[in-house]
Amino acid sequence: MEKYTGKAIYGKVAIGKIRIYSKDQQRVTRKRVQDAEGEIQKYEAAKQTAAKELQQLYEKALKEVGAVNAQIFEVHQMMLEDEDYNDSVCNMIRQQGVNAAYAVAVTGDNFSQMFARMEDEYFKARSIDVRDISERVIRILSGGADIGNLQEPVILAAKDLAPSETVQMDKEKLLGFVTEFGSSNSHTAILARTMNIPALIGIPAKEEWNGRTGIIDGAAGMFLIDPDEETLIAYRKKVEEQKKNQELLMELLGKDAVTTSGRQIKLYANIGNVSDLAAVLAAGAQGIGLFRSEFLYLESEDFPTEEVQFQQYKTVAETMSEKKIIIRTMDIGADKQAPYFHLPKEENPAMGYRAIRICLDQPEILRTQLRAIYRASAYGNISIMYPMVISVDEVLRIKELAKDVRAELSGEKIPYGEVEQGIMIETPAAALISDLLAPHVDFFSIGTNDLTQYTLAVDRQNARLDDFYDAHHEAVLRMIQMVVENAHKNGIWVGICGELGADTTLTKRLIALGVDELSVSPSMILPVKKAIRES
Amino acid sequence: MKTFQYVITDETGIHARPAGNLAKLCKEFAAKVTLNADGKQAEATKLMAVMGMGIRKGTRVTVQVEGDDEENAVPQIEAFFRENL
Repeated sequence: MEKYTGKAIYGKVAIGKIRIYSKDQQRVTRKRVQDAEGEIQKYEAAKQTAAKELQQLYEKALKEVGAVNAQIFEVHQMMLEDEDYNDSVCNMIRQQGVNAAYAVAVTGDNFSQMFARMEDEYFKARSIDVRDISERVIRILSGGADIGNLQEPVILAAKDLAPSETVQMDKEKLLGFVTEFGSSNSHTAILARTMNIPALIGIPAKEEWNGRTGIIDGAAGMFLIDPDEETLIAYRKKVEEQKKNQELLMELLGKDAVTTSGRQIKLYANIGNVSDLAAVLAAGAQGIGLFRSEFLYLESEDFPTEEVQFQQYKTVAETMSEKKIIIRTMDIGADKQAPYFHLPKEENPAMGYRAIRICLDQPEILRTQLRAIYRASAYGNISIMYPMVISVDEVLRIKELAKDVRAELSGEKIPYGEVEQGIMIETPAAALISDLLAPHVDFFSIGTNDLTQYTLAVDRQNARLDDFYDAHHEAVLRMIQMVVENAHKNGIWVGICGELGADTTLTKRLIALGVDELSVSPSMILPVKKAIRES
Repeated sequence: MKTFQYVITDETGIHARPAGNLAKLCKEFAAKVTLNADGKQAEATKLMAVMGMGIRKGTRVTVQVEGDDEENAVPQIEAFFRENL
């Protein structure tokens, strides 16, 4: 048994025969052709086939991964019709007397390099699209079978996979895939998650694996080749359980999150990055209850500009169309540090300089973020949520800042939508004065992780205290009850976005307390929906 | 020949999809449609050349339309820019 460790893209298990997919097989050689016009006809025919394939791919993607992800194939069809590209191919065939596949390879290379050299990131990335369409035409010209035609269920191993290759694979036959290259945020990775396909990256696929048995363990990020009998039996059991669970959950996909007594619970998803959106849509979440904006700051070398933030928020808004999106303003500090903030080392960071404390102290940081959020609100249903609140005064000061931002945008004739403003209830202080806070906000979202740590005085970062961190502690539950009552007295809704919201052993109790919304990680949407429907 | 100017408001600039649709639209006319911006030039029917101009938000584009049906083409092309770019 051989064992490789990679990065898990999707945490499931797959067992099956390995098939190596190598693009090297279609390496193009230069040949001389006498009949140039005949060769051009071959090219035209291949292009037609390619266009047909792309149309089918577009329709397949539209059904399976949504319009936003499908668009790319529409663009590929258009690129295939490009005059300059076609002229270049035909001229090479006519003037240099070369074979069509070679002319396409060279032309594709030239155009893709033109894009690769561009400054703008968006245009730069189009070089991959040019390469993708060129490879498609070359494959057709060389009579290569479409990757979509898998004969039997397999685990595919490749150096890299293009998004088009991922989508066109027959889902019934594709058990999972491992690639050597790619990032967990790549388009291919996102598609794998959307399509529920176990996948690993960072696995150096080898030719000699072809036909051998492989196991993808998406949870452990492991790839096993030629597993022994014992391992195989253990993993087969996992696959069985997985299948049963999936069937059970899929039945819930189109159903409402409604209790036996008929109460509708809003079931939203927590996300930490734009790349999580596909999983959110696949799970059928009604909205995003917590969009952690920290990633923008953590993945950046310096403060992210208004434009960079706006683009990300807009993408989320457009992808979710009319569904609600609650963006939490940046919660940097404590365990989430970005060097350019130059935060001083603290004795007790969880109780230190973080989140809106930084924003109230350095309002320019929040002002930039609010401008980006308000601008994006013109493109969807966006709400804002402020973390780490402990007083009414803080809320008033932040709302004043938000008002300034709106006035500024109006002055600049920049459109923005109706934006609800809410706060996180994650400090005992906020819970205890929730009656005073409620009149000033549109909603509460209870962050149970921090609320538990502060209420129990148990540091979440200290592993030795794990036994003392009791998420079901009566003190925490009483605070939740208090917050819910105060919210409802003031006519606002209240949700839970901490781990407790995804704790299905507690769903019934939280609903009985009157909680209106639960926001959980995308993978927990269906299990929690099941628990709601049984409450 | 007729010309008009337009300042791009789309956040991504003239990106692949609208560029493709613009090419499709312009192929319907006999007139030759040329885009000029930042000292660069491309025929609107040529998708990759237009994308190769890398036109971003806020860029002023001058559109030249020359040919028999230019009278008929200009308002349609102008409308396309307003709606999509």
